[in-house]
Amino acid sequence: MRSKHQLTVGEGLRQHGISRRAFLKFCASLAALMALPPSMAPAIAAAIGRARRQSVIWLSFQECTGCTESLTRSHSPTLEGLIFDLISLDYHHTLQAASGEAAEQDREQAMKDNEGKYLLVVDGSLPLGNPGYSTIAGRSNLDLLTETARGAAALVAVGTCAAFGGIPGADPNPTGAVPVGDIVKNKPIINIPGCPPIPLAITGTLAYFLTFGRIPELDARGRPRMFYGDTIHDRCYRRPFYDQGKFAASFDDAGARQGWCLFKLGCKGPVTRNACATLKWNEGTSFPIQSGHGCLGCSEPGFWDAGSFYRALSMPVGAVGATVAAGVAVGAAAGLAAALRNRSVRAGARAAHEKVGVAELGGGAEK
Amino acid sequence: MSASLRRGINAFKEVIDAPIASFFSSCVHCGLCAEACLFYTETGDPKYTPIHKLEPLRRVWEQEYTVTGKLKRLLGLSRAVSDEELAEWGPLVYDSCTLCGRCAMVCPVGNDLTTMIRKMREGMSAAGHAPEGLVTATARAIQTGSPAGVKWVTLQAQIRHMQAEFDIEVPVNREGADYLVLMSSWEILNYPEYLGAVGRIFKQAGATWTLADDAYEATNSGIQIGASDLARELVGRIVTAAERLKVKCVVSPECGHAYTAIRWEGPNLMGRPFTFEVKHILEVLDELRRDGRLKLRGTLDVPLTYHDPCQLSRRGGVVEQPRTLLHELAPNFKEMSDAGTMNWCCGGGGGVSANERAHELQLTAFLRKKAQIEELGVKTVVTACANCRVVMEEALEHYHMDVEMLGLTELVAEHLAEDGQS
Amino acid sequence: MTPLQLLTWARGTGLGWALALCAAGIVLRLAEMLSLGRAADLAPPRARSPGSGWRTVFSRSLPPPGMFRREPVSYIAGYLFHLGLLFILFLSAAHIELFHALWGLAWPALPSPLVDAMALVAIVSLLVLLVQRLTHPVKRFLSGFQDYLTWAVTLLPLLTGYLATHHLLLDYPLMLALHILSVELLLVLLPFTKLFHSVSVFFSRWYNGDAFARKGVAS
Repeated sequence: MRSKHQLTVGEGLRQHGISRRAFLKFCASLAALMALPPSMAPAIAAAIGRARRQSVIWLSFQECTGCTESLTRSHSPTLEGLIFDLISLDYHHTLQAASGEAAEQDREQAMKDNEGKYLLVVDGSLPLGNPGYSTIAGRSNLDLLTETARGAAALVAVGTCAAFGGIPGADPNPTGAVPVGDIVKNKPIINIPGCPPIPLAITGTLAYFLTFGRIPELDARGRPRMFYGDTIHDRCYRRPFYDQGKFAASFDDAGARQGWCLFKLGCKGPVTRNACATLKWNEGTSFPIQSGHGCLGCSEPGFWDAGSFYRALSMPVGAVGATVAAGVAVGAAAGLAAALRNRSVRAGARAAHEKVGVAELGGGAEK
Repeated sequence: MSASLRRGINAFKEVIDAPIASFFSSCVHCGLCAEACLFYTETGDPKYTPIHKLEPLRRVWEQEYTVTGKLKRLLGLSRAVSDEELAEWGPLVYDSCTLCGRCAMVCPVGNDLTTMIRKMREGMSAAGHAPEGLVTATARAIQTGSPAGVKWVTLQAQIRHMQAEFDIEVPVNREGADYLVLMSSWEILNYPEYLGAVGRIFKQAGATWTLADDAYEATNSGIQIGASDLARELVGRIVTAAERLKVKCVVSPECGHAYTAIRWEGPNLMGRPFTFEVKHILEVLDELRRDGRLKLRGTLDVPLTYHDPCQLSRRGGVVEQPRTLLHELAPNFKEMSDAGTMNWCCGGGGGVSANERAHELQLTAFLRKKAQIEELGVKTVVTACANCRVVMEEALEHYHMDVEMLGLTELVAEHLAEDGQS
Repeated sequence: MTPLQLLTWARGTGLGWALALCAAGIVLRLAEMLSLGRAADLAPPRARSPGSGWRTVFSRSLPPPGMFRREPVSYIAGYLFHLGLLFILFLSAAHIELFHALWGLAWPALPSPLVDAMALVAIVSLLVLLVQRLTHPVKRFLSGFQDYLTWAVTLLPLLTGYLATHHLLLDYPLMLALHILSVELLLVLLPFTKLFHSVSVFFSRWYNGDAFARKGVAS
């Protein structure tokens, strides 16, 4: 039998019993996702059907596996699930069947067979503080990444940890965690942040790559514009309440029960770019704001250090009172010194007073 | 630094207090003070903006009494006040300000610019930048007792004249009297009837009064020129006489700045409260009226109005008393617009009338008063300050206006009820 | 630094320092001012007076007789600017949250569209005041670098706040960061420029009212 790498996607799908109809439906959804006209669906189907299954190597570093969990939440065949029929996931700690030496050999073989063409997906940050914080098969994350990235066509940094450093990178960053982009400089990197990312953001980006053989349009932070182009705030269904000034003041108060804006409860929607407000979670069921909790801003760099999740964006971060008190004390000390000096200067002037008699008036030199 | 400049800057440093510091701190350069000042409104020249007149004082305050000012001075961002600058500011501080006080009523942040100018004059005069006319007047006042050089013998002649004409006695140096009456040189020279009026009124009221032959001058050039040392000497003569004669009350005559000098500045110049009261003649008249000791008859029926002398009304608080009297005496009494504490200055107070250099400007400023009178259309203006009266008479003449000036005390005296009448 | 990180700094360290410097500056300026004291007035005050220091603190906010007719633009634009600024500062929901965090106090907010309108009123008034400052002979004569600097420093928070709230011009985190930073600039400059009048006006008006009141005049 030809190795699984040599089957086309179409052949692979048929092998799995996926009907042509289901496949076309999938391609129509993909077209919609990518904001392409429905007439593109057959072209997408033809392209994907002909394509060799894309080799994907997935490296996991300092991560919680949440990104994989998000991607694999499927109890029934879903769009997310179908992606696994379009790619050849040649290495993935959680999902692979092999282990130990066999798994590492699989990875090296895939890298050789698909030199220059495989996609390297990374989740988790890299600890530069001490490589011992995270190793796989005795090798540091840094070594593994640099070695594997060499032959990759592109990298996909999945999750805020890989894209921006994430939670390990939050203050005080004890492991010296850095994102993928800090290490790999000579390959295109697509950042798909989120803690975790919306599953469709991952699969949609991969599908784009499969269809068009290139990277989708990215924003300044390397995020695909089709999923990260708008802020939550701009697409939030509660926006009219923000505009009217109707805010929930506390959880489950009257305003909250009426679905009012959660700005006062710390919602980071205005500063967060993601697709939660449109694509939502669990196949479009809901998203945090809809459930009554403010957005945490989890797809933004430094979201963990951006002030409490429950403090509105207009509230100060951290304790400001102590600094102000110190300022007042310094002012008082300086003021006391200034006061004493002022009084001394004036007393000096009064002591130096020279009596003004008619002679001192100058005899009226001013005419 | 020359000795005189040093004296001047030192005086600036002496007079700055918390109110002045707060005023300079609060100024936002809104320029509304200019719209209250007749020297700006009638000339349109922004240099007459009151707060601008204070710029040298402000710089001394900033450089000596604020940290930022000291820093600016060190970094060369603020220069020291120079003698040339003070010379330049002389006309602004003396010619274009009568200490009328309108600016202080108008400033949105509450600056009392008038008091600041008064204090700034301390430094200006010490530095030798007071105007010639005012210096001469002050020298004469110190040396002879009167800024116009009016000697006691002149007053004695007036006394004899008044006693004869009105059948009154004018006591001199009487101890224990109710009232020690002061006069201003303008009255002695131009309106001697004032003395007669006072005599008649006190006679009817049965009040005891006296003149003092060593303290008959009420005006205080020291206040106007802004030299407290000299002001103290001048006011001290009155205090000495009043205490020597053990009078109950010193009566300031129809003069604005004289009232300010003795009533408000006097105790502070002397450094102690007085043992006697101080009242303006209008306050005395009003008291007598309320006590039923002032019996008036008849009226002056012509349409007339009252010009509030600035130091008496806005800066002195004697606002209602003249009106009460005029309502009794003048059925056609009409108020000017902006009457009372917002009235416009005659343009000659605060030393301006003694300042030849300021004459042209003063006449221009009078256009404001001219407009007020013309708006009302009266031909008779009553006032209670001899300086206002002289200044306005001259200006009315200059503008060919057919308007007569009257003194209120004389008007009251003209309408005293003879015995038996009511 | 990303805009969100700049915003976090502005909300945290930046705000702390700005408030501290402002507080220190105010205390220093007040000490400089009040240490000069006011000599006791030995002249007896009038027994009864229609005026007082406190009365003038409030009454001086109204135009004195005859002045409004002479300078309507100054008064109208001045009022609209100050009222607009105070409305926005104390009655907008976002700012009330800020004070809630700083002082533990909160009060009801005005509806956002109303606050919006006040912001535009305040901004337009400031523009009118600038034009007036440049064209009115007295104001132009009196004005220098500090007057124009303080004008700009006052306009920026209003303008950036409006732009941020409406998600105009720049990316929201950056716009909001600029708004907060512009406020911090204003706070730092407040004690050392004519903006200090916001504190000293209470003293200057009181001294004025008290001095006139002693003489029996309500100023």
